Amino acid sequence: MPAITEKIMKIIFWLSGMAIIFFLAGIMFTLLSNSIPAFEEIGLKPFFTDGVWRPSAFAEPTYSLLNMIMGTFMVTAGALAFAVPVGIAAAAYLSEIASPWEREFFKPIVEILAGIPSVVLGFIGLVVLAPLLAAVFNIPSGINALNGAILVGVMALPTIITLAEDAITAVPGEYRHASLALGATRWQTIWKVTIPAAFSGISAAVMLGMGRAIGETMTVLMVTGNMIARPTSYLDSVRTLSANIAVEIGDVVFNSLHFHALFVVGLVLFMITFIVNLMADILIHRKPEVNR
Amino acid sequence: MNRRMWLTVFVITLLALSLVMAGCGQGENPGEEPAGENGESQGNDGGTVSIMIAGSDSEVNLVTRMAEEYMNAHEGVSIAVTGGGSGVGITSLIDGDIDIANSSRPMKDEEVEALKANSGEDVYDVRFAVDGVAVIVNENNPLAELTVEQIGAIYRGEITSWAEVGGEDREITIYGRQSTSGTYVFFMEKVVQGDYSPEMRNLAGNSDIVEAVKNDAGGIGYCAIGYAAGEGMKALLVAADTGSEAFDPTILENVTSGDYPLTRPLYQYVAGKPGGAILDFFLFETGDQGQNIVLEEGFYPITTSDVEFNKDALQ
Repeated sequence: MPAITEKIMKIIFWLSGMAIIFFLAGIMFTLLSNSIPAFEEIGLKPFFTDGVWRPSAFAEPTYSLLNMIMGTFMVTAGALAFAVPVGIAAAAYLSEIASPWEREFFKPIVEILAGIPSVVLGFIGLVVLAPLLAAVFNIPSGINALNGAILVGVMALPTIITLAEDAITAVPGEYRHASLALGATRWQTIWKVTIPAAFSGISAAVMLGMGRAIGETMTVLMVTGNMIARPTSYLDSVRTLSANIAVEIGDVVFNSLHFHALFVVGLVLFMITFIVNLMADILIHRKPEVNR
Repeated sequence: MNRRMWLTVFVITLLALSLVMAGCGQGENPGEEPAGENGESQGNDGGTVSIMIAGSDSEVNLVTRMAEEYMNAHEGVSIAVTGGGSGVGITSLIDGDIDIANSSRPMKDEEVEALKANSGEDVYDVRFAVDGVAVIVNENNPLAELTVEQIGAIYRGEITSWAEVGGEDREITIYGRQSTSGTYVFFMEKVVQGDYSPEMRNLAGNSDIVEAVKNDAGGIGYCAIGYAAGEGMKALLVAADTGSEAFDPTILENVTSGDYPLTRPLYQYVAGKPGGAILDFFLFETGDQGQNIVLEEGFYPITTSDVEFNKDALQ
């Protein structure tokens, strides 16, 4: 009797595992099969040659993704430049310095931060951050890449803090004891021993935060201005790959060239996040014991 | 662990409480709202006709207002209005997801054909209001008027400083809508007559553009006339070409007479000849009561030629 239940449960769990593979394969297949008509009609080159993305042009449509890829990387890199130092420092504080009471107080707050809907953050960016940036940098409008980078950084923070804290907490206590016994200060211990020992976990946290940042759509769509020209600085407006899909998918004619071209945008975005997540995975599975 | 749970509960309660308090503070004025909802749910029990409307961002506030007034007078009819842009509304109508598409641009031929192919029905349209697309600038901009050609050159990116059109020496920031917008298409065909400058900021709705122009001394934007009122910005007078008189879109006669060059009708599209509740709603919108709402929302009433145009759908 138990043997049969065991078998049935085994199959159920196996099917659940397989479902994930099935979903991933399904998504890949949909993206690819819908992109192919666009490749057949205009080829691969127009997507990666200099120019702008303008499928519904007045005269000649153009399909360059380069400015949008650049915009995506600008927003992501800017977000990480802000979220990584703050996130790791906050994680180190929570796991190494904070008293148990403080930890119990701050962790739920980090979780609440993760739960703020992106459209709410976008709205804040539009009415609070944009005028502020315009005043600080003395520019006509604060609807730009920097605005998006800051907000996306805020959104990536909870991911980075939570995962980095887990990684730092997982560092064996003997490391700290050994370091402190050798006369190192607490700061030296955290900076030279604990954080390097947790390096692979922290890198994974950063990578997953980055994956979150690259795909973020709503906030970015609302605050970056979505200009199709090539941005020249962080104070310029940019359009990201994800925002581009969100803006245009609403009114494209089903199965038109523009429709399939948007799937190419999705495919490129998917590849980028896939590579980032793959790198995170490799980092997670690197043995932390290498430091011993 | 236990302590942490308590804390989570505490923080959430605090947030919820502050929300309730904020809600109470604001909720005192529109006290009728919950009553309206009750009335609707009672109507549900007696079998409601529900009408789904989506599309133009320029029309969404106006049509929502129409729907509210209509539902107050007609129990048993429930009308849901959402935005998204004219293109979104028309695509949803073609896909059969909605009953009425709001559109601030005429449907394209291929869209009419797609609807016919999908539903087997012909398209019927009603003009229920007149709009003058306003070209807006910051209130501190000393410039008062432009020609259509000058505006087009600015939006094509050929003119980049206000000094080139007789204004102060300041760089122009161009704000426009996204390609889902009927106003985007109308403005591109009527004014830009070419591609929009790649430097244009594409914003999601009329109010986004108004907000951006209010905060940007060098900004220029366009929006439906119903959005062109308020502090911090002003609508430019627009002349059809150099030498002709420039007209103010905020004056009713200029727009309804067609003297203001960027005048356009606001449409609603349905698949198949309208009947039942939809026909009744159209008659309400184009009737006296509906046209008063049009004026109150800052748009202009339809003219005799629009009434003539509507006969096809409404008779």
